[in-house]
Amino acid sequence: MTTVHTLRIDGADVAASDGQSILAVATENGIDIPTMCHLDGLSDTASCRLCLVEVAGSNKLTPACTTLVTEGMDITTTSEQLTEYRRTITEMLFLERNHICAICVANNHCELQDLAEKLQIDHFELPVINPSVGIDASHPLFAIDHNRCIMCQRCVRVCAEIEGAFTWGVMGSGIAERVVTDMGTPWGESPTCTSCGKCVQVCPTGALFENGRSIAEGSKAQRPFLPFLKRLGEGLEQT
Amino acid sequence: MTSTIVIDPVTRIEGHSKITIHLDDHGEVVDAQFHVTQFRGFERIAQGRPIHEMPSIMARICGICPVSHLIASSKACDQILAVEPPPTGADLRRVMNLAQIVQSNALSFFHLSSPDLLFGFDADPAQRNIIGLLQANPQLARDGVGVRRFGQQIIEWLGGKRIHPSWIVPGGVDSPLSEETRDRILSTVPEAIAAIERAIVWYKSSLLDWADEAASFGDFRSAFMGLVDQDGNVDHYDGLLRVMDADGNLLADRIDPTAYTDYLGEAVEPWTYLKSTYWKMLGYPDGVYRVGPLARVIVAGQMGTPRADIELDEFRRRLGRVPGSSFHYHYARLIDMLYAAERIEELLRGPDILLPRVRAFAGINSNEGIGVSEAPRGTLLHHYRVDDDGIVQWANLVIATGHNNLAMNRSVLQVAKRYVRSAELTEPMLNRVEAVIRCYDPCLSCSTHALGEMALQVQLIGHTGVVLDELVR
Repeated sequence: MTTVHTLRIDGADVAASDGQSILAVATENGIDIPTMCHLDGLSDTASCRLCLVEVAGSNKLTPACTTLVTEGMDITTTSEQLTEYRRTITEMLFLERNHICAICVANNHCELQDLAEKLQIDHFELPVINPSVGIDASHPLFAIDHNRCIMCQRCVRVCAEIEGAFTWGVMGSGIAERVVTDMGTPWGESPTCTSCGKCVQVCPTGALFENGRSIAEGSKAQRPFLPFLKRLGEGLEQT
Repeated sequence: MTSTIVIDPVTRIEGHSKITIHLDDHGEVVDAQFHVTQFRGFERIAQGRPIHEMPSIMARICGICPVSHLIASSKACDQILAVEPPPTGADLRRVMNLAQIVQSNALSFFHLSSPDLLFGFDADPAQRNIIGLLQANPQLARDGVGVRRFGQQIIEWLGGKRIHPSWIVPGGVDSPLSEETRDRILSTVPEAIAAIERAIVWYKSSLLDWADEAASFGDFRSAFMGLVDQDGNVDHYDGLLRVMDADGNLLADRIDPTAYTDYLGEAVEPWTYLKSTYWKMLGYPDGVYRVGPLARVIVAGQMGTPRADIELDEFRRRLGRVPGSSFHYHYARLIDMLYAAERIEELLRGPDILLPRVRAFAGINSNEGIGVSEAPRGTLLHHYRVDDDGIVQWANLVIATGHNNLAMNRSVLQVAKRYVRSAELTEPMLNRVEAVIRCYDPCLSCSTHALGEMALQVQLIGHTGVVLDELVR
C-alpha cells in the first residue's frame, strides 16, 4: 500500500505518494520548476542545479529532481534568491561554451533558449570565455558540436539506460569536461554506437544533431519514446 | 591645419569608408583613394563549422542582401553534396533571389539616390533625403516604399521573415510553395510593375539634366562582367560568366564560374580592407571591370521579359551599347528591377512551381564547392573547401563590391579632378564624391564584412603629405 504524504509547496497544501520527488509532485500540481539535466524517463543526477528549491528548516538549497518528499515538508520554488541563482546558472551555461542561436540547428527548438527567454535573460553580465571547442562530424548520420554542449549528460544516460549501448561517457573535469564516445574514439569509429539517434533526440540544445540539418531544423520530434519506455519498465503501462 | 566639419544628416552608403584626395604642388588633384576601413573576417569565422551552417552564417554578412549570400552559399554547398536541387526548388530559390534584387535595388534607387536626382547635388543636405523626397514628390517616395515592400514581403512569405530567412538550404529549399502564398504574391505583382515603370518614366525625363555628372561620374573605358543564360540573356541565379570590353567585344564568354581563379585575380592593398578584383589577362591594376545592374544590362543580349526588353532597347538607343559612365547604374538598376518583377510572375505561373519535391538530400560527396549568383550589386562567389566530414577548412568570398573596387577608385579620382578646385572641401563636392560611390551601391559590410554605423571621411592631402582639409559624415 502506497503511503500518502501531505506537504506544502509555495503555500499550497498538496498530497504526494511515497517515493515521489519534489519535482514530480510540483509538476503534478501545475507548479513549474526550471530544469535542464532532468528528462522524464531518465534517471536524475541533479547536475544542472536549476531546480534548486528552498525547504523550510534547511539552511541550504535542495535539488527538486533528486529530493524525495517527506511528510510536512514546506517548500518554496520561487523567490528572489532562487530566480537570481537560476539566471546566473543559465548565464553560465551559455558562457562556458559558444552558443550563437541565430545560426544554430536547434534555433527555436532549444530548451536552453526557452529557459533564457523564460528567465528574461537578454544580455550577459559575466565575461565571455569563447573557448576553442571542436566538432565531431565523423558519424554518417549524426554530429556533436561541443560548442553547444551544456554537460547535462542526458545523452550519456539515455545511451546507457534506454539503448543499453553505453557509448557515451564523460572525460575531463571542470571547464575541460566533455562528453565522449567510447573513451574518446571518434563517433564515426565507435564500435558500440547503434546509430539509434536517442542521444540526438534527448539533447536539449543543438549540440547533438542530425547531419545535413540546416539552421533551425533540429526539432526533437522523436522524443516521446522515452516516457513510454520508462513507464513500461516500471510496469505502469502493463494494465 | 586639419579641421573637421561634421555634416548632418549622415551619408547614404552602407558601411564605413574614407576617401583621400592627393594634390600636387600646384594644388591640382593627382590621385584619389577609396579606403574601406573595417574588417569582419567571415572567411575565418567559417573555418571549423559544418558545411550545412554556411548559408545561414554567410547570410549574416549583410542585413540588406542576406538572400544573395544564402543563394551563393547554398549553391557552393550543393556542389559539396554533389546534388542539383529539384527544378521546383531551384525556381523557388530564383523567386526569392529576384525578390531580393527588387528590394535592394529599390533601397538604392529610391531611398539613397533619388533625393540627389530630384533636388540636385548642390541642394541642402537636410532636404536631400527620403523625407524631403516624400514632401517634394510623394508619388515617387510612395512607389519607393511600395516596391521595396513588394520584394521584402515575398522574402517573408516564402522564408518566414524578411531578414535572414533560413528557407534556402543546401540541396534546395526547406518547404514547398503553397497555392495561397503563390496567389498572394501574384496579386502584388501588377502594382509593383506599375510603380517601377512610373519611376523609369520619371528617371528618363530627368536624364538630360545630369549630363555633366554623367560625363564625370566614372566615365571611362572598362570591361563589364555578369551571368548570362544559355541564350545569352540575363540570369541572376545560374548561368555562365560573360565579360565584354568597352567596345562591345566579348573578352570571354560562357566561362564556368567554378573556374573563376583562372580569370580573376584578387589584389590586396595596404590602405584598404577591400580587396581589388581584376581581370587577370589585363593584369593589375589595368584589369578593371564593373559588375552589377549596369554590367548585367550591358553583357546580356536581352533581359528576356517583355517590358524590360522594351526598356533595354530604349536604354541602348539613348546611351549606346556599352555606356561608359557609372552614373547609368541608376537607369540600369530600374530595368533590372522591372525584369525581376516580371520574371517573378513568370516563375510563379510555371506549371510545376507548387510541386512538393523541392530539396535533394545527400552526404559529403566532394571536398570543394563554388557557388555563384548575381546579387543586387553584381556577381557574388562563395568558395569553400571541406574535410571528409564536411567541416569547412577554407573559404573565399568574392563580393560584388570587390569586383567594382578598382572602378570605384577610378571614379572617385575622376570626380575629384572635375569638382575639387581648391585646398578646401565643400559639401557639394563631398556629395558628388559620395554620389559616385553610391552609383555602385557598394555594400561595404559585405565586401569587407565591416561592422558599425555608416560613415564617410574625405581627406584632402597636399603634396607634402599634410592634410589640408577633412570632412567627416
